[in-house]
Amino acid sequence: MEVIGKSVIRKEALDKVTGRAKYTHDYHSIPMLSGQKVISPFGHAKIVNIDTTEASKVPGVRAILAGKQYPLTGEAIRDRPPIAFDKVRYHGETVALVVADSPVQAKKAANLIKVQYELLPVVNSPSQAFEKGAPLVHEHLGEYKKEFDSHPVPDTNIATHIKIRKGKMEKGWSESTSVVEASFSFSPSDHVAMETRCATAEILPDGNIIITTSSQAPFMVKRLIADYFDEDMGKIIVHTPLVGGAYGGKAAVQLEILAYLASKAVGGKPVEILNTREEDILTSPCHIGLDAKIKFGADSSGKIKAAEIRFLWDGGAYSDKAIDLTRAGAVDCTGPYHIENVWCDSYCMYTNHPYAAPFRGFSHSELSFAIERTLDLLAQKLKLDPLKLRYLNAIKPGNTTPTRVRLNKSNVGNLQKCIERVRELMKWDQGPIEEINERISKVKGVACSWKTSTIDPNAPSGVILTFNRDGSINLLSGVIEIGTGTKTVLAQILAERLQMDVDKIYVRMEVDTQTTPEHWKTVASRGTFMGGRALLEAADDVIRQLKDIAATVLRAPREDLEVANSRVFLRDDPKIGLPFKDICYGYQYPNGNSIGGQIIGKGNYILRHLTHLDPETGAGKPGPEWTVAAYGVEIEFDKRDFTYRLLKACTVVDIGRVLNEKAALGQVMGAMSMGLAFAGRETFYFDEQGRVMNPQLRTYRPLRYGENPEYLVEFVETPQIDGPYGARGVGEHGLMGMPAALGNALSTAAGVSLHNLPLIPELIWKAKEAQK
Amino acid sequence: MKSHTITLSINGENRSVMVRSADTLLYVLRGKLGLTGAKPGCLNGDCGACTVNVEGWPMKSCLMLAVEADGKKVITIEGLENTPIQKAFVENFAFQCGYCTPGFIMNCHSLILKHPDADDHRIKEWLESNICRCTGYAEIESALKSVLRKK
Ligand code: FES
Ligand code: FES
Repeated sequence: MEVIGKSVIRKEALDKVTGRAKYTHDYHSIPMLSGQKVISPFGHAKIVNIDTTEASKVPGVRAILAGKQYPLTGEAIRDRPPIAFDKVRYHGETVALVVADSPVQAKKAANLIKVQYELLPVVNSPSQAFEKGAPLVHEHLGEYKKEFDSHPVPDTNIATHIKIRKGKMEKGWSESTSVVEASFSFSPSDHVAMETRCATAEILPDGNIIITTSSQAPFMVKRLIADYFDEDMGKIIVHTPLVGGAYGGKAAVQLEILAYLASKAVGGKPVEILNTREEDILTSPCHIGLDAKIKFGADSSGKIKAAEIRFLWDGGAYSDKAIDLTRAGAVDCTGPYHIENVWCDSYCMYTNHPYAAPFRGFSHSELSFAIERTLDLLAQKLKLDPLKLRYLNAIKPGNTTPTRVRLNKSNVGNLQKCIERVRELMKWDQGPIEEINERISKVKGVACSWKTSTIDPNAPSGVILTFNRDGSINLLSGVIEIGTGTKTVLAQILAERLQMDVDKIYVRMEVDTQTTPEHWKTVASRGTFMGGRALLEAADDVIRQLKDIAATVLRAPREDLEVANSRVFLRDDPKIGLPFKDICYGYQYPNGNSIGGQIIGKGNYILRHLTHLDPETGAGKPGPEWTVAAYGVEIEFDKRDFTYRLLKACTVVDIGRVLNEKAALGQVMGAMSMGLAFAGRETFYFDEQGRVMNPQLRTYRPLRYGENPEYLVEFVETPQIDGPYGARGVGEHGLMGMPAALGNALSTAAGVSLHNLPLIPELIWKAKEAQK
Repeated sequence: MKSHTITLSINGENRSVMVRSADTLLYVLRGKLGLTGAKPGCLNGDCGACTVNVEGWPMKSCLMLAVEADGKKVITIEGLENTPIQKAFVENFAFQCGYCTPGFIMNCHSLILKHPDADDHRIKEWLESNICRCTGYAEIESALKSVLRKK
């Protein structure tokens, strides 16, 4: 049986093409109340007064939440009031919440709430936030409750500071004959999942809190609400149906808190909070921005000897997940290269911008832009082929990472192989530039990336398998189906292990935190790895139980039994055996005696050997393995007006083992498309008040049909020995090198070094002007 | 605000509903008729997730008032059954999260009916009104073309 590697049709496919697939907002029922937000129109302002008199007169209004101090929230530092109190710190922040019988009434009332503000000086970039004497976003930073590994610096805008100190910098610089230094900067942007975030909450008379949410982290919702508001964890039941795109943005916990508070304010009645597109962009957490300073030194052969890196992450008004993003950026700060001497300061900065959620790639597409652009500058200086420079320095088994993890054949993929495939696929050796006429040229750029997943060292994943009486199996896992097809891949893994028909495996798509075993969060491309490992253990548990009963009935030792095609049978005489359906609920002898009983398989997985980082040197093991990839982009460039068209985009990623080919290709191409949009057009435009000027899909434009390039995707398969069937995560890896590859292509095309995103013609024009 | 009773022909059935003047077709389909296949993505015409078919043409149901659809023939994703384009979407993996899918399928379905011989230029003209954030559009292109070519 070969189910692994096949493009098995996704389990929820028919629901999705017939409109029957249900997302959070599709469950809306009539008696549900609506919560509408009033949001801050300014980036930084004192709230002088909130007048709700007119609003509360609107018929249907049941409660108005405003001007009250609720417990502070936030994952790494408790710095965020669920509803702004005293001051607002970003454009779009929730200032008041109106609960009414219908959305129309709630909105009408929300519009009548009068908030009086007094403007405060705005911190409009992480570099500005870092300056001495910058206005403070949080005056009481030292007083917040926090996780032990968050390191906020009171009386500054520094939410945390992660240090990497590896090797000896003086040695590195003295061995270097060429040194390049460059700065890079880009503003926050957005995930733009097509389903805007939505959460509902209801508190039942027995105290049970029922939440339904479009989330990647329902188990976190349960934990955090219990924690923040001192509720019994078992009373919080969080449901997550299908999720309409997430990309990290739905890993943050926000609307669930508002829905909970709203329901509480109306005696536990069900309340729904649905983001408008504008709120989804402004109010809910965004994609992090970055100001980076990179200095690389290399010897005359092109070996990189030293790297000094400073990241100022634009965490926005609240630190929430930005602390983890700052850490993740630090642990892989050099990109996938072997460098002995590394000094990195990664700072999470508070600004008056919307705060950050994880974004597909978790800091890696961002840092890769800075690192890989610098690598091209280094290649230029050394007069070396940029791909060759990358090949020469590519990380390999035996090398150590910036946090000093020694790599081996299993925990890192084969980057050199990826690079060589990109060389061929992109026809790199024909040269980076092809002049079409005096106006138009075709130009290529390349980049590489790597990533480990810095998730909590004790993050769990569990799986339960139950049988139906016909011998088919139900698969329960806490992994959320956010579009990645992971649940179908889990079914494939099970089918492979039990050697059975994948159509006889039923996957529960919806997750609820009361009856589904926990999967920490569906993030970091870890669903397949952790969920898969838990599943394999559960499958083995089932096999053991099946064999136990069969051994008794067949009067044969367990060792002689084999499981395949939904049967347990004798290895040497397969005709002698029992179908699952005769034993999965116990076996009944002809006289009625029964043995065994219902078979329930369980399995769990927890990552091994992960450690916290040393606060002074960064040494430690942050993640289980490093996936590597190489990329290329080819554009058609117009030298007259600096416009360009995407012709080709190429990704070669070492995914260990392909589990579902079409699903994997889809993941990579989708990520590439998103990466190119981030690189080429997506950003928040801020005015001097810190207001986002483009919170709509007509001014914030994702890639549309026909604007996409031709995709060239290939996989290298270096198995991760402890991954399920050798597989590595793949959900993020198409994205990470796209901004850098495009930036490199455009810098070559325009003959000017580009240091910002998005790469729009105006940016190129400005860089050309500055060069004059 | 004034209410009206209107009759819509939805997926071949006549349905009478009471609506406010300001209610959009999307709101009525989802909130009053329980047809949640059409999705809200932006509510101002930018994303196409709410696309249905009105009198044979694709229509963003967030941009049409329900009262404007009075007496008109409306087909939603729930009204399609075993069409070649649905099959093609499944086989080509033309969706991931599936949220944009009803809108894309309704748009493609209308295109196939109106222009069975559509060329690349026309396909782009029609499909660029919808956003898919998950796929890179390659699979949607293959799905649509597999049906167009058969014609
Ligand atoms: S919801 Fe109608 S176009 Fe976006
Ligand atoms: S499949 Fe998710 S937006 Fe298209």
